[in-house]
Amino acid sequence: MTSALLTDITIFVLALLVGFEVISKVPATLHTPLMSAANSIHGIILVGAMLIAASANNALGYILAFIAAAFAAMNVVGGYVVTGRMLKMFRRRPAPVPAGPDGKAGQVSADGQARQVTSGGTPS
Amino acid sequence: MSAFDWIVQLVYVAAASCFVLGLHLMNTPATARRGNQLSTGGMVAAIVATFAIIIHAGTISVTGWIVMLAGALLGGGAGLYAARTVQMTAMPQLVSVFNAVGGGAAALVAIHDYINLAGAAGGVPETTTVPTLLDVIIGAVTFSGSVIAAGKLQGLISGSPITFPGSRLVNAGAAVVGIGGAIYMIVTPSVPVLLIVILAALAFGVTMVLPIGGADMPVVISLLNAFTGTAVAMAGFVIGNWALIIAGALVGASGGILTKLMADAMNRSLRNIMIGGFGTGDSAVAVQGPGGDVRSIAADDAAIQLAYAQKVIIVPGYGLAAAQAQHQVAELASELEKHGIEVSYAIHPVAGRMPGHMNVLLAEANVPYPLLKEMDEINPEFPRTDVALVVGANDVTNPAARRPGTAISGMPILDVDQAKSIIVIKRSMASGYAGIDNELYVDPKTSMYFADAKKALSELTAAVKTLVG
Repeated sequence: MTSALLTDITIFVLALLVGFEVISKVPATLHTPLMSAANSIHGIILVGAMLIAASANNALGYILAFIAAAFAAMNVVGGYVVTGRMLKMFRRRPAPVPAGPDGKAGQVSADGQARQVTSGGTPS
Repeated sequence: MSAFDWIVQLVYVAAASCFVLGLHLMNTPATARRGNQLSTGGMVAAIVATFAIIIHAGTISVTGWIVMLAGALLGGGAGLYAARTVQMTAMPQLVSVFNAVGGGAAALVAIHDYINLAGAAGGVPETTTVPTLLDVIIGAVTFSGSVIAAGKLQGLISGSPITFPGSRLVNAGAAVVGIGGAIYMIVTPSVPVLLIVILAALAFGVTMVLPIGGADMPVVISLLNAFTGTAVAMAGFVIGNWALIIAGALVGASGGILTKLMADAMNRSLRNIMIGGFGTGDSAVAVQGPGGDVRSIAADDAAIQLAYAQKVIIVPGYGLAAAQAQHQVAELASELEKHGIEVSYAIHPVAGRMPGHMNVLLAEANVPYPLLKEMDEINPEFPRTDVALVVGANDVTNPAARRPGTAISGMPILDVDQAKSIIVIKRSMASGYAGIDNELYVDPKTSMYFADAKKALSELTAAVKTLVG
């Protein structure tokens, strides 16, 4: 057993414990964005995919590196964007929806909501 | 270690810290967005540092650059498109797809590393073989399992448990072959055996998720999320990168916690869910209605009850998500609020199709998050509530859970039956996934409004408007 492996295991166990500690404080309201955020964090595998692309030197290596890079990039980009999109929707106060007599209150487009948040300021 | 190595490693430490702090900021909705931005910043830093390593080493071939950048652009573009266009109701599928690609990428990294080492003069050291095997097995199981889960959620594969003659045998066989191959590889490094292990793990993933019913999906997604994290951490062991180890461990912890929360909230043990068999999908099997009288109600009468209430609690469930009626329920609530009626939402932990899914659906429909109450917070309020409006929730409202001896005994429920009156919107008397009758429906205080959630809520809103408007 090398000391490098021992260091790796130590880091892994401590990170696991930090994860339990931090994540058990997240309220149920945010569990979907939490999972999505965790999803984007495991997109760090893109780093691994980049490193294997750098060391690949035959056709099989390039194919594996290409698929890994595509998968990981999809994971990381998609994960962060969709988490951000979800979190934007969480508001403390009702957004100023034009709830006119025609009752279109529920029909606001995603774009409309995004704009309302930026104009509504940050919740205190 | 050169100065360059120091700097790069410190950037990785900073990136890992950003992930931890980003997750920490998710403990309130007000700071969660900043958390996500911080986490994104950490990720960008880690990727830039990796570029620096590759350029500094200077051993990458031109083909390597092309492969890396083309793959990243293609995948990044696909991810961006999916993230921008996905419907909030389809979020569980998307999370499953991201689990699949994350797990798949982690497995590929280890496979590539193993093949390189096996071809090199020094051979494969044991300390690399073990994490490689764990990475490949967990990653491949996650990949195929998540693809099946996404297919089920999207409706491409039937949501009901799929079993075929000998399916359990195939599952067990895949496990035996995979583990046997892995043990062989620890003793004798071999690329062909690695291939067999990969195929066995893929088969195991498929046969693991196929028999699991649609209603158990929140648990399965959480579990696969934890798997992906673990696979990524193992990839970190293989290539000796601490950022991967830390990030993977964080995700593993997150997935693990959510798995436990979901399983507890459904009153199922993980083992029970994995063995599967009785979770049902969208189409619950119609069974005999409960004994006793069921009072049916029309939109006008339901609207009268709501309009003259002072406090209304809405209990949204899986059925509301399935009918995509979140906008309609928000519209009804805002109509009631306009007339001074206090409205809040009681959210059971497993409402929707993934942990916290209902909250996102309602947030999308413009419902402010302080109105979304968790089970422990809302339960004491039911006795003071004039009308509890149950939309597409079933087992989580069944008072039978408080008695021993039923399929849902001990399951935490919303105390809907303590409200002064109850209106249940539901398509039929069919039972929920637990397959038992809901005693709430025969309570003398309960009125049943038989209709599709979306249609019923629109009718109710219209009726409330004519009544008080």
